[in-house]
Parts: sequence; C-alpha cells; structure tokens
Amino acid sequence: MVEHTSSFNVAKETEMKKKNVFTRFLYSQKTAPYVFVLPFLLSFCIFWVYPFSSTIVMSFQDIEPTGTTWVKFGNYTKLLGDAVFLQAVRNSLLYMLLTLVLLIPFPLMFAVLLDSHLVKAKGFWKALLYIPSLTSVVISGTLFRMMFSEREGSQFNIILSMFGHEKIQWLKMYPTAYFALLLIACWRWTGVNMLYFISGLKSIDAGLYESADIDGATPWQKFIYVTIPMLRPTLIYVLTISIYAGLAMFLESFMLWGGNSSPYNIGTTIVGYLYRRGIEKNQMGYASAVGLILLFIALAINMVQLILSGTFKKEES
Amino acid sequence: MDASFIKTKPVKTRNTIGGTKRKVLTVISTGFFAVISILVAMPLIIGFTASLRPGAEMMSQGLHLNTNVSMWNLDNYSALLDGSENSVKFFMWFKNSLVLTALTVCLTLIFCYFIAYGLSMYDFKLKNVLFFIVIATMMVPFEILMLPLYQEIIGMGLIDTTAGVILPGICGASTIFFFKQYMSSLPKELLDAGRIDGATEYGICLKIMLPITKPAFAAMAILSSMGSWNNLLWPMLIYKDASKFTLPIGLNTLLTPYGNNYDVLIAGSMFSLIPVFIVFIVFQKYFVDGMTAGAVKG
Repeated sequence: MVEHTSSFNVAKETEMKKKNVFTRFLYSQKTAPYVFVLPFLLSFCIFWVYPFSSTIVMSFQDIEPTGTTWVKFGNYTKLLGDAVFLQAVRNSLLYMLLTLVLLIPFPLMFAVLLDSHLVKAKGFWKALLYIPSLTSVVISGTLFRMMFSEREGSQFNIILSMFGHEKIQWLKMYPTAYFALLLIACWRWTGVNMLYFISGLKSIDAGLYESADIDGATPWQKFIYVTIPMLRPTLIYVLTISIYAGLAMFLESFMLWGGNSSPYNIGTTIVGYLYRRGIEKNQMGYASAVGLILLFIALAINMVQLILSGTFKKEES
Repeated sequence: MDASFIKTKPVKTRNTIGGTKRKVLTVISTGFFAVISILVAMPLIIGFTASLRPGAEMMSQGLHLNTNVSMWNLDNYSALLDGSENSVKFFMWFKNSLVLTALTVCLTLIFCYFIAYGLSMYDFKLKNVLFFIVIATMMVPFEILMLPLYQEIIGMGLIDTTAGVILPGICGASTIFFFKQYMSSLPKELLDAGRIDGATEYGICLKIMLPITKPAFAAMAILSSMGSWNNLLWPMLIYKDASKFTLPIGLNTLLTPYGNNYDVLIAGSMFSLIPVFIVFIVFQKYFVDGMTAGAVKG
C-alpha cells in the first residue's frame, strides 16, 4: 500500500516534470514565434496550397460525373479554340485597360486639387467621393441596371431624350454596355484611388517643392518632375491592384445583366466564364484551365508593368 | 497637405493680382468638386426617391430621378417593417449579415494579430519565407481558387455552414500585412522590458503589445467589416439554405425578371446602407488609415 502511494507520487512527479519541460518549451522565446504563425501555416496549406495544386491537377483532367480522365493539355488547347472564352478574354482585357485609363489620371487630378489649398471643404468632397465604394455590388449593380434599362423612363434614356434622341437598349450593344460597366467602376472606385493618391501626396517632402520654386519651376514642371517621381510607389501600387481587379471583374457584369448571361456574351468576363463552366456546368477541369490562364495573364501583365516602371531596378541598386 | 505645389506661392502676391487670380481659381475648383459630388451622389439619390414609389413602377418605367414630391410615400418602408412575410425575410437576412460580419471580423482580427505579431517581433528561421508567402498569396486573385476551394469545402462537409464561409479567409494576407506594417513601427524594447519583469512571451503579446496596437485593430475592424457586410460571391456559393442568406444574397434573389418583389428590393437596399453610413460617419478617420497603409510604403 505504502509502496503503491510512493510509486504514484513518483509517477505524478515525472508527469509534472514532463509538463514543465513541455510548458517551458512552449513558453520559450524560440518556440513562441512558431506558435504565433502556426495558424497561418495551417491555413496556407489547407486553404491555399491544397486548392491551388488541385486546380492545377484538375486543369489536366476531364472531370465528368461518370469518371475522371487525364487529357494532358486537352483543356488548354480546347480553350484556345473556344470562341466564347476568347471573347471573354477580350472583354476582360478591354475592361481592364479602360478602367486604367479612367481610374488613374482622373483620381490623380482630383487628389492633386484636393491636396492644394485651392479647394474649400476638402473633407466633405473626399467623404462624398468615397461613399459609393461602401455600397455592395448588389445595390450599385441594381441601381445602374435599372438606370440603364431599355424602358423610356430610365435615367439614361431620359437624358438621351433631352438631346432629342430616341430611347436605346443600353445593355444590348457593345459601346453602351461598356459605358455602363465603366460608369459603375468609376462611380465606385474614383474616390478610393483618389484617397490612395492623397495619402501618397502627403508623404512627399515639402522641401522639394520649395527648392523647385527657387529654381523657378512652373506648377506643371513641379508636377512632372517632383510629384510624379515621388508618387511612384503609390502609382505602382494602384496600377497593380487595378490590373488585378480589372482582369478579375465578374460581379459587376453579373449584377448589370441580372445573372451570368448577357446577349451575345458582351458582358462575359474570364471569371464569368470560369463560373459558368465550373459552377453552372460542373466542368471543373475545363474551369480550372480558365482560372490558370487568368492567373498567367494577370502575372504576365503585372510583371511587364513592374519591369517597365523600374521597380526591380531600384531594389538592385 | 503641406506638400502641395500650388500652395508654395510666395505670400506677398496674395493681395495683388495673384490674389484675385487665386480667388477665382478657388471658386472654380471648389465648384468643380461640387458638381462632381452631385453627380456621384446622384445614383443614391435616384435610388432613394425610387424607394418612395411602388417598386412595380421602377420595373415598368425604369429607374429615374423622381422629383414629384407630392407622389412620395413611405409605403415600401412600412411594408419592410410591418412584420409581413417579406419583412420577416428581410430582417432575417439583416441578422444573418450582422452575425456573419461580427464573427468574421472577430476571428480574422484575432488570428491576423497573432500571426503578424510573430512575424514582426521575432527573428526566426522561417520569418522571411513566411512573409514572402504572405505577399505571394496576395498576388493570386481569389477567383482562381474559388472552384477548388468550393470543392474542398464540400469535401470537408462544411457546405452551407458559417464555418465554410469564414474559415478560408480567416488568415487574410492583407490584414496580416497591415498589422505587420503597423507593428514594425512599435518599439521592440517593450518586449525586453516585459521579459525582465517576468512576463511570458504570450503575456507580453496580450498585455503589453495588444493595447498599443488598438488603432490598427480599429482600422482593420472597419475595413474587414465592410468587406464582409458587402461580400456576395463566396457566401452565395456556400450558403444553400435560404434561411442562412445574408443581405447581398437575399437582395439578389429578389432581382427576378417579373419584378414582383421590387418594393422590398429598393427599400431594403436603401435600408441596408444605413448601418454602413453610420459606421462611416463615426469612424471616418480609420477608413483612410486602414486603406492606404500599403500604398505609400509600397
């Protein structure tokens, strides 16, 4: 009986010691960082590495309910001959380019004006221009869909009739449909990009402008030779995220045409096509190939952009 | 603000010809912003005036600015609040959105704070690799992972659950990045001071660093709650059961070609903007902080 108790105590003691070793290990300065980043590692493996590799694998497969077959590059070669896909790529590229043309110079101009002392009530204008980005794509999409409706009483047909023009079917023709898509994009993102530029402008050293003044620079020269070069990190950031957002656009078109189909696919984007093939038609292999081509296009364009803007060069020197 | 190139004109010209010219320029540019702001506010004003008319009208005529004040009424809003079938449905979505947003924000912030703390306060082997991974995951649009993730969630049995909606985004790269940027500006000496006082590594993280990271929490809470409140695509894929729908999914289901539910659609849309605007007006400063953190330093 006595022996039993003592052995029990010994067992308890070693257990305590073990626990001590464990807690000491857990609480040591060497282990702590790994404990902190563990959730990220797990989440990265489960929700990034796994789906990413499985989408790569699936892109080489034909996945049917009856069974899965390897088709090598079959999905990719089929995609290159798929007229709707090529149209979706053209649509996404066009949309991206036009959003870059509209959503970088104009917000930059607004930002420069709001950053100067020329404008009164700055905070109010900034807040107002930012507000559209707070609306969900469902609300903004619905509002624009109804304003661009083909009925006589839709806002844009009313504007047309002011100029003596007959009503038109805005969302059924290329130029007017893209006008609608771009208007949503500008409405929602002008204020956001403007705020990016304002915060970039604020970080520029005022001394640079003073020395430019001493050299007798005109406001335009100051803008070109001081503002633009100093604003480069912000410009590159905005350019990068705009390229991604433009290429991956889907929901704006989804809302504007009230679903994932538009007449003659004028509103079908790459992601829209991925959604159609993957979710609506359950062709995971084919859709995976669409997604990977999108990734390739996005990375390629951004690489070119970053090389042209000299981002890598600067880091080397 | 100090960095403007127009402002740096010599002061003495202020009362001479330059001064008048300046005044004219001020009037022109302020007027310019007034016009732009009216145009920007227009869609929401149009939406609001339409919400004061029957929804069927919006369907049959198209959406336009309704300035005929005598025709306005609050019928759509009272229908939204009167406890009818539509009203019950709408507030169910509203509640679901609130719950989902609250859960998402709390969990995301807690996890991202700890991860960023580990990445910025310690020097360890994997540190640079991990930070590179954080940046690299931001370079792959979510839409590409959407399909395999959807399959994975089905495989895990998490389809139609809130866990399935929240879990994949819980360690969001941009939130980690923001916290890390913020924490790298905090003094690391605080850690050593804490250690000397006998605090454990986790004690330092929770009791010393957490309180001084509050501004970052505020900024990220607002940004991530806006994102979650307005999120459509991923929740729409995961939630199948109509009783779990959030506001964006629910409002989207009302967009039928028949237009029979447009009363709820338009009034509900306007109503669902109220919490967003309140948060924006109260916490305006944090919106800008959270948004622009990555843009300046690059």
